[in-house]
Order: sequence, then structure tokens, then C-alpha cells
Amino acid sequence: MRVLGIESSCDETGVAIYDGQDGLLGHVLYSQIKLHADYGGVVPELASRDHIRKTIPLINQLLSQTGLALSDLDGVAYTAGPGLVGALLVGASIGRSLAWTLGLPAIPVHHMEGHLLAPMLEAEPPAFPFIALLVSGGHSMLIQVDAVGQYQLLGDSVDDAVGEAFDKTAKMLGLPYPGGPELARLAEQGRPGHYTFPRPMTDRPGLDFSFSGLKTYALNTFNASSKGDQDKADIAHAFQEAVVETLAIKCRRALQQTGLQRLVVSGGVSANSRLRQRLDKLGADERARVYYPRLEFCTDNGAMIAYAGHLRLQAGQHADVEIEARPRWKLQELEAL
Amino acid sequence: MKILAIDTSTEACSVAITIDGDSRERFELARQRHTELILPMIESLLAESGLNSINDIDVLAFGRGPGSFTGIRIGTGVVQGIALGSGLSVAPVSTLAAIAQGVYRQRQETRVLAAIDARMAEIYWGCYQVNEQGYMQAVQAEVVGKPDALPLPEQDDKSWYGAGSAWAAYEHDLSCISSEYLSAYDGSVLPHATDIAHLALDSIAKGELVTAENIEPVYLRNEVAWKKTR
Repeated sequence: MRVLGIESSCDETGVAIYDGQDGLLGHVLYSQIKLHADYGGVVPELASRDHIRKTIPLINQLLSQTGLALSDLDGVAYTAGPGLVGALLVGASIGRSLAWTLGLPAIPVHHMEGHLLAPMLEAEPPAFPFIALLVSGGHSMLIQVDAVGQYQLLGDSVDDAVGEAFDKTAKMLGLPYPGGPELARLAEQGRPGHYTFPRPMTDRPGLDFSFSGLKTYALNTFNASSKGDQDKADIAHAFQEAVVETLAIKCRRALQQTGLQRLVVSGGVSANSRLRQRLDKLGADERARVYYPRLEFCTDNGAMIAYAGHLRLQAGQHADVEIEARPRWKLQELEAL
Repeated sequence: MKILAIDTSTEACSVAITIDGDSRERFELARQRHTELILPMIESLLAESGLNSINDIDVLAFGRGPGSFTGIRIGTGVVQGIALGSGLSVAPVSTLAAIAQGVYRQRQETRVLAAIDARMAEIYWGCYQVNEQGYMQAVQAEVVGKPDALPLPEQDDKSWYGAGSAWAAYEHDLSCISSEYLSAYDGSVLPHATDIAHLALDSIAKGELVTAENIEPVYLRNEVAWKKTR
């Protein structure tokens, strides 16, 4: 079974084809980062306008790259949510009507399920059940994954998502958009231990996250400093350490609390090398195996949508002829396979 | 010639199939339900027209804007998906032209000032005049603008008919224009797919069809974000 996946929930347009036997046959991604850079953040209307220009050329590019024709497909999956409604509507309108025209089933996919399952595209995929840490510009969640579609939310962000806190702190330090990866780069020049930032919400039980206060702490530290290059690097270092350590503490708690021994880390922030290094150590300490998607599938992409769509189609799940866009959609509302 | 036309650019959602000049249409006031309605409307109209599938259609047409940003993108996305899947060519038709064509069809008015409420105290504006073949043609480029800064046609002889939501929303602001230029106006006129299908014939004759990869909406309002000044 071959499924075309279309992702357009935020600022990347991604398309891919996943085959049940041969795995991922191809994927193409277009990132809008440059488009939004001048505005210091994603402008939803501009994002939608770019998706509608890019999606069809990307699908054509994917078809020519893979040597496949639309008639080789068995289904079309598209990201139905959560995300920016205008952006979601582009992929949904195109995906749903393409499936309708071809007489194929359409599968509305949950974006976060795509991220959760992205490590399944790797050579040694994790077995169920596992703990998933989803960290991106829009989410910080700990989820117990018992099977595809069986998700228990163990912890969630009460304010800023991790990636959001990274980006905002970077902006405050004067780093170019998107600041998260820039901040990580700058942190390498920071002196370990020069500043120590708090580890939010680790002094009490529970698996929820809060990163907004840490961002403010970084701002106050910056304002009290001489604001030189070394100060910025030291603050970036302390900030990243605090975030990474907080995530590690919560992951350890989640593993201990559930007794599970597999940890999946996914979403844009899972590309952070310091985080990977720290969680690998945690895995070794806790005798748990840690799984990540390849770097290019940490951020939004079509491959994870094609894969999740394929799983659901294989299980006989597909939707009627309505074009679905659900900007707010909880993982726990998904049907189990 | 069999043409399938759709329009989702305003609060209306409509689909039309024209077979050799004979048109059938579905038209509903949809308000946020375009995504739910559009494909089922196409399906039922195909069946009613005695067509087995989209493959029996020769040309697609759609309301390419101006109108609601989200609305015209839904229509654009649907037509892109159908065009990609079927290989059909597409006629992108102005929604202002569709409004004008509808006025000609229903009231035989030959000159129309089509105006859609663009919010933010502005109007999507087009001046249309029918040609010898019965197709509405723009006499000047469509614009988005304030009521007191709209480009006006040469003839101020009350030979024009005002149509579209802006004539109701900006009735007072447009009173100078209406008293000088208009014979009458109707602020409840919405674009209809049947007129888009009809105007597609003009696009075909002019060789203005595009393929899936080149289908784009026309927003008119292109200043939608403001860069940081610092």
C-alpha cells in the first residue's frame, strides 16, 4: 500500500510517499524560514499564501524523483491538525480533493502523531509501549504510547513550549530568527557554571513543564550583565543547560513512574545535540533505550504524515469526503488501531 | 464542451456544470461550511448532470478571488487537487467579473461596478462592461481601495449598475459614486459558479487556461504583514 502524505500545518510544506513494503520512497520539503525571518516569527497569512504556491510543484517534484505516477497511489494522507487553520486548510483542500479525484481514500492525520511515530521510519524502530518526549516550537509533552492511537498524556507545558522559550530567549539575546538553533550554537562558547538557572517545576512531583519563567530569568540575568558577547554566550549556555536538565529530570521520572524502558524523543527541539547527549546518558543510567528521528525528520515533514496515514489506512481507517482542518485537536481523541 | 466551476470566495459556496451552454448549479450560503459542502456538491451535481466522474469534464473553472483569503484558498486548493488528479486545465475567473456577469444574466445590465467588502474600510473594486459575445470585460484593472479612492470609469452618465456586498456595507461612503454613476445597485449580489463557468468559455477562447502547477489565487490585498522597524 502506497500513501502520499502532505504536511502544511505551520511554516514548512512537506510531501512524501510511504510504501508498506519498501518503506519511504521519497520526500520533499520546502521551509518558509526565510519568508518569516523579517517578521521575527511565523505570519499565518504569509504561511498560507506560500503553502498554496508550493504544494503542487512539490508533489510533482516528488513524483518525478520517485518515478511514480499518481495512479501508483493507494491513499492520500494530509495533516488535519493541530496547527494554523489557514495553513492546514491548504494541505487539506488539496489532499482531500486529490484523493477524491483519484477515487482513493483520504486519511486526515494528527500532526503530533506524525511526530511521535517519526522514529519508526528509522532502521531500528522502537517497539511499543514507550515514553515519548515531544518537544517543538508549539509543544512540550510527555506521552505514554501503548500502541498507535493509544496515547496517555503524562505531562504538558503549562505556558511556553520548549522551542518557543528557546526562540524568545534567542531573540532577547539579539540572535537572528529562528533563534533556537542559533542559541544552541552560541551556548557552545558559554562558560559552564558561570551562571546557574533554575530547573522549573522539578522541585515538586509531576511531569508538567513550565519554561516561561526561565525565559524571564534569562532576561533579568541579561539586563543585569554588561551585555557583552561572553555574557550572551554564558546566558545561552546556562539557559540551554537548565532546559536540557529539566527535560532529563522529567523523562527520568516518566520512565521510573511507568517502568518503561524505551524513550522516544521527537519534534524540532529533538535535533538539539546537547539534549541528545544528555538523554543518551539518562538512557544509559536508567537502562532505557533512547530513540530519535533522523535530523531532517525532527522538524515538520511529509514523511511522518505519509507513514502515520499508511498505518491508519492499513487498519481500515479513512475519512469521508469532508475537508478536515482541526486547529485544536487532542492526541487523546484519536482512535486506537 | 463540459465545464465544472466552483466558487468559495464569499459566504456563498457554489458549483456549476455547464454542458454545451446548458448550466446546472448548486448554490448555498455556507458561512464557514465550504470545506464540508464543496466536494459533496460537486459529486451530486455530476450525478444530476448524467456524468459518471470528473473524467467526463473538459475544463475546470474557479473563482480565483478577490474575496475572503481563506475562502479563495479553499477553492484554489480544491481545484489544484482536482486538476492534478485529472490532468484537466483550469480557467481562473475573477469573482468581481462573476458578479458582473451574474447581473448581466439576470437583469441584462451591460455595465457593472462590482464591489466586494474587503473589511478594514476597503473595497475590492472592478468596473465591467459586456462585450459583443456577451462576456463581461474589465474596463480597468481591479483594485482594493478606500471608498473615496476608487478608480472610476469615464462615463458618469448613470449607465452603471452597482453590485456586490460593498454597496451595502459602504452605502454611505459610496453615496457620491452611486448618485453620479449608478442607475441602481444591489448589495446582496454574490458570485455564482454558473457565471464563472460561462466566463470560462471566454478564457478558453483567449487561451488563458492554466495547469495545476500554475493555479494561483488573486487576493488584491497584498500588504498583510508588517516588518519590524527596528
